[in-house]
Amino acid sequence: MDKRVNQKAWLLVLPVLVLVAFSAVIPLMTVVNYSVQDSFGNNQFFWVGLEWFKETLASERIRDALGRQFMFTLIILAIEVPLGILVALNMPKKGFWASVCLVLMALPLLIPWNVVGTIWQIFGRVDIGLLGYTLDALGFDYNYTQDALDAWITIIVMDVWHWTSLVALLAYAGLQSIPEAYYQAAKIDQASRWKVFRFIELPKMSGVLTIAILLRFMDSFKIYTEPFVVTGGGPGNSTTLLSIDLVKMALGQFDLGPAAAFSIIYFLIILLVSWVFFTVMTNLDKEEGPK
Amino acid sequence: MTNVDARADSGTSTGTRTRTAARSGFRINSKAVVMTLYLAFLLIPIYWLVNMSLKTNNEILSTFSLWPRNLTFQNYMTIFTDPSWYWGYINSIIYVTMNTVISIVVALPAAYAFSRYTFLGDKHLFFWLLTNRMAPPAVFALPFFQLYSSVGLFDTHIAVALAHTLFNVPLAVWILEGFMRGVPKEIDETAYIDGYSFGRFFVKIFMPLVASGIGVTAFFCFMFSWVELLLSRTLTSVDAKPIAATMTRTVSASGLDWGVLAAAGVLTIIPGALVIYFVRNYIAKGFALGRV
Repeated sequence: MDKRVNQKAWLLVLPVLVLVAFSAVIPLMTVVNYSVQDSFGNNQFFWVGLEWFKETLASERIRDALGRQFMFTLIILAIEVPLGILVALNMPKKGFWASVCLVLMALPLLIPWNVVGTIWQIFGRVDIGLLGYTLDALGFDYNYTQDALDAWITIIVMDVWHWTSLVALLAYAGLQSIPEAYYQAAKIDQASRWKVFRFIELPKMSGVLTIAILLRFMDSFKIYTEPFVVTGGGPGNSTTLLSIDLVKMALGQFDLGPAAAFSIIYFLIILLVSWVFFTVMTNLDKEEGPK
Repeated sequence: MTNVDARADSGTSTGTRTRTAARSGFRINSKAVVMTLYLAFLLIPIYWLVNMSLKTNNEILSTFSLWPRNLTFQNYMTIFTDPSWYWGYINSIIYVTMNTVISIVVALPAAYAFSRYTFLGDKHLFFWLLTNRMAPPAVFALPFFQLYSSVGLFDTHIAVALAHTLFNVPLAVWILEGFMRGVPKEIDETAYIDGYSFGRFFVKIFMPLVASGIGVTAFFCFMFSWVELLLSRTLTSVDAKPIAATMTRTVSASGLDWGVLAAAGVLTIIPGALVIYFVRNYIAKGFALGRV
């Protein structure tokens, strides 16, 4: 749609600007302010320049957390995106069962994140949880509070449980927009199921899948509450993801300077990766779109 | 999966034919199997939570059973009779509602501006708004705490509502913009020719046209505000403490009251389930943010 140039439109955007300035810009400036200063308490600050940034980038602890964070995000994307597409392809297209599936699938998305953590904390326990008890009874040596691998499996399965529906619902919305005529044409051409998926369904879903992957990337990179409730970052530091580490540092130890520098680097990484994702995917879209 | 479907296609002759020839009985079965497995995966952990909420602590810890042997509603009674529990729910609902209203009221005109006009810096502004959706709450927890303490809003509902606008306002603008682009511009022009002022046009004509978009946006604002814990816990202590924070503190304090914890968890699922039920027809489109 062609849009008219109208600078008065700024007036319509003004309320959002004022609100976001209050709730985002001021706090962000506070963070920037702390990141270049040191304090001996009593509100006395002095300038340290980029010292905290250097320290943060060199810190073994933060690098480890960053590595774990990337691993977590890649694993859950690798599971949730294909699984979400598979589920979307198998959902009923309309009628009563479509509504039932939609409502049940959306359910995990609306459970408060700490309750999601609580559900899996209970579910995985060897003494009182169905999953832990069953695995134990089957002879697996499963204990997420002791074993790092078990803890990882638990939080990954939890995230898949929690968020696959989002990918599935987005993919489903993309599938719904494909006209029936496309399928009929494919049938006349005797296209295989794979070809229908590859050349009709996947291109039609690419837009919503971009949104899905972007949202899942951003949100999994910010994840805090769920793994915190289930494992508390343990055993040891094995499931301490970036946010957990940051909160430990900022609110637990009150190391304002390093925590602030850490915050800014953290935010920049999300921005950078999201921007790369977005650019690459929109470019792919353009190449595949008009031929 | 592909193999199964290919075989299903070749076996259509025996299947019961439904609406279209492509869907045979066999194929529907394989779909039903996938869906049943997936839904079972989603529902079993929730079932276990409900199961535990109906047991006594004694039963939870001593025996292992798939359903409660001594059915008890004592855990729920504890929550409904103890003000520190049920006020948690009331607090959460108050700030979630405030946040939803604030987010939509400020996002409506902005989304209209983005969907209709080009103006200086509009693309940068839009991207900048979205970056706030990307910001990790952990980054903002401490500065929010200091900001709201210094203006005297600490431990009030409005503080949490405002803090949650950080990620809800960009999202609301994003969704509403998608829906508004679908409304033809000719409608605006016709209304102006008919002598409507901008305000009257917006409220009387335009808002009803994007009503489903507003509904979907409200759903998302509700959802993200309802599920968030880190900021709402950091910004409250007693008066506005959300249910989620009440739950975590109970865990750390006693560590053993699994039954009450499970019951509180079940009760937090209910508002979400109700909201989903009301917007079920818009969910698919809403999750695509109006962009399909």
